[in-house]
Amino acid sequence: MAVTRIDRRFEKTRAENRPAFVSFVMAGDPDETTADAILAGLPAAGADVIELGMPFSDPMADGVAIQLAGQRALKSGMTLAKTLAMVERFRKIDDETPIVLMGYYNPIYIFGVDAFLAEAARIGVDGLIVVDLPAEEDDELCLPALKAGLNFIRLTTPTTDDARLETVLGNSSGFVYYVSMTGITGAEIKNRAAVGEAVNRIKSHTSLPVAVGFGIKTAEDAQLIGRDADGVVVGSALVTAVEQSLDAGRSTPKTAEAVHNLVRTLSQGARAARS
Amino acid sequence: MTEAMANSLRQGPDENGKFGMFGGRFVAETLMPLILDLEKSYRAAQNDPEFLAEMEDLRTHFAGRPSPLYFAERMTDELGGAKVYFKREDLNHTGSHKLNNCLGQILLAKRMGKTRIIAETGAGQHGVATATVCARFGLPCTIFMGATDVERQMPNVLRMKMLGAEVRPVTAGAGTLKDAMNEALRDWVTNVDSTYYLIGTAAGPHPYPEMVRDFQKVIGEEIRVQILEAEGRLPDAVVACIGGGSNAIGTFHDFLDDPDVEIFGAEAGGHGVDVENGHAASMTGGRPGVLHGNRTYLLQDADGQIIEGHSISAGLDYPGVGPEHSFLRDSGRVTYVPVTDKEALDAFMACTKFEGIIPALESAHGLAHVMKLAPQMDKDKIIVLCLSGRGDKDVESVGKHLGMAL
Repeated sequence: MAVTRIDRRFEKTRAENRPAFVSFVMAGDPDETTADAILAGLPAAGADVIELGMPFSDPMADGVAIQLAGQRALKSGMTLAKTLAMVERFRKIDDETPIVLMGYYNPIYIFGVDAFLAEAARIGVDGLIVVDLPAEEDDELCLPALKAGLNFIRLTTPTTDDARLETVLGNSSGFVYYVSMTGITGAEIKNRAAVGEAVNRIKSHTSLPVAVGFGIKTAEDAQLIGRDADGVVVGSALVTAVEQSLDAGRSTPKTAEAVHNLVRTLSQGARAARS
Repeated sequence: MTEAMANSLRQGPDENGKFGMFGGRFVAETLMPLILDLEKSYRAAQNDPEFLAEMEDLRTHFAGRPSPLYFAERMTDELGGAKVYFKREDLNHTGSHKLNNCLGQILLAKRMGKTRIIAETGAGQHGVATATVCARFGLPCTIFMGATDVERQMPNVLRMKMLGAEVRPVTAGAGTLKDAMNEALRDWVTNVDSTYYLIGTAAGPHPYPEMVRDFQKVIGEEIRVQILEAEGRLPDAVVACIGGGSNAIGTFHDFLDDPDVEIFGAEAGGHGVDVENGHAASMTGGRPGVLHGNRTYLLQDADGQIIEGHSISAGLDYPGVGPEHSFLRDSGRVTYVPVTDKEALDAFMACTKFEGIIPALESAHGLAHVMKLAPQMDKDKIIVLCLSGRGDKDVESVGKHLGMAL
């Protein structure tokens, strides 16, 4: 498939001998306008790749922080169509930073797979992470997405053994997302050394960049994980920054700034990983 | 394959866990190796005479099977039409059909060397059955239960605790079965090595829908033998209530290839299927979507967000249904009908007064449909209702609804 913004960005961070800093925020959290401001400022704050959460009512793989972010977004009236519109607005000010939509399958299925992919490709979405679509269900969205020119980024986990890794990596593109633990987003990483080993194990199976997510909360975490990983993903910490900036559930002038400040700190940690 | 086999509705699922377009394995990668392993273990167990013998022994001596098929004489007279029989799953140990499935799965969990059991529960019937088999086999268990349901099914919460289970109230969402299932999945994804997820209904990722059906289909198989003995022929109709649909698929499965047996599933119509978010009738008021590991009929909005739904019965208060039911709905083999809270309450009281049997509110939904069907049928016709559980757990909340004073 054609080279995407994701491929170009990882090429760049590789050339600079540093891990990419991947920031996850929830579309429409806490409201559409504030989410637009958060998104717009992420690249300048240090985000190399942006994962934009598609809110879903039943996020089975997410911890409380991201569950609440999704609920705030849905309460503010967010939909998948509006998430796509957010990306379209972002692309008018930034045509370089890769955008990966992350979420669960049902809203896409209900939107209509073909319509969704056509719209996503048109407005400049680069990749998809759909948590509840394992390799066994590749016909649903993965194969059509690849056809539409979008990267399909797969999660690999500590339970993915070598034999299964081949299956999982089969139709992967863009990068491989290694989930640092068996658990939900925002939980604690118990064994950091094991994460490095796992990243190197995956790298022996693929030439794709390997990004690590789940449980990275501080600049120190980012620095440590970024030694082996090609990308460091932070999500729960960022949506928690949104939550803590709110006043009675509503955004304040500090909301976007709080997220950007944290991204600045964390991305500096990632940048220092190999220096 | 013979022609009869090719036309059979009892062959599903296929090797990918699909019943037609429904079912599948829509789970996070962390869980994929587990459900593949589970499938392998189940395939080995289902052909192992030792496993089957142990299961049979437990069914006979621990559960008390076969459960009776009971002629509901006064109910039949009152309705003035078809003869009504109850399949008395309420007499199964722990008071509902749920134990049938738990016995099968706990034996499987043991074979797989798992050391901890988790489960979700709505009305608490599955939670009680799970806590029971965990006590029987000495395994620790954690039951996830919506906070709303903890409130409205207090007797079952106490039973679970006495049996040694940890009951974890779930406050996310509306605090009902859907939220309990989300939380159970989150626990499973975290504790993959030690933990067996004992799903209570014929839903979830493959192989659960098939496995739960197989453990429940004893209901229909017994009905066939018992009705042949009592009446010398098969029934004209079988009826069961549907939440996730485990007692229903267990009742229906043996009759799917008998075209003269009409099959009805009673969904939770709540305040009425026209009331927005006022019911839990996913097949009458929903459309196909993907949740909790399978594609099936779901209550959802235009954006694909899942709607909470409502039912007076905690066991039916779920926005989805097992995938095999979705398949049977679309194939036209089974007719799914909504029954309102009010109709279920009326049936609950009718059963209590005319038969001296206090049914579970879930089962009362099935009975409500029988009360509509029977009067329209001739007196020589036969209906069998799966009376899936007893209603002790519901007396307090029904009393409140009916304004009964102590």
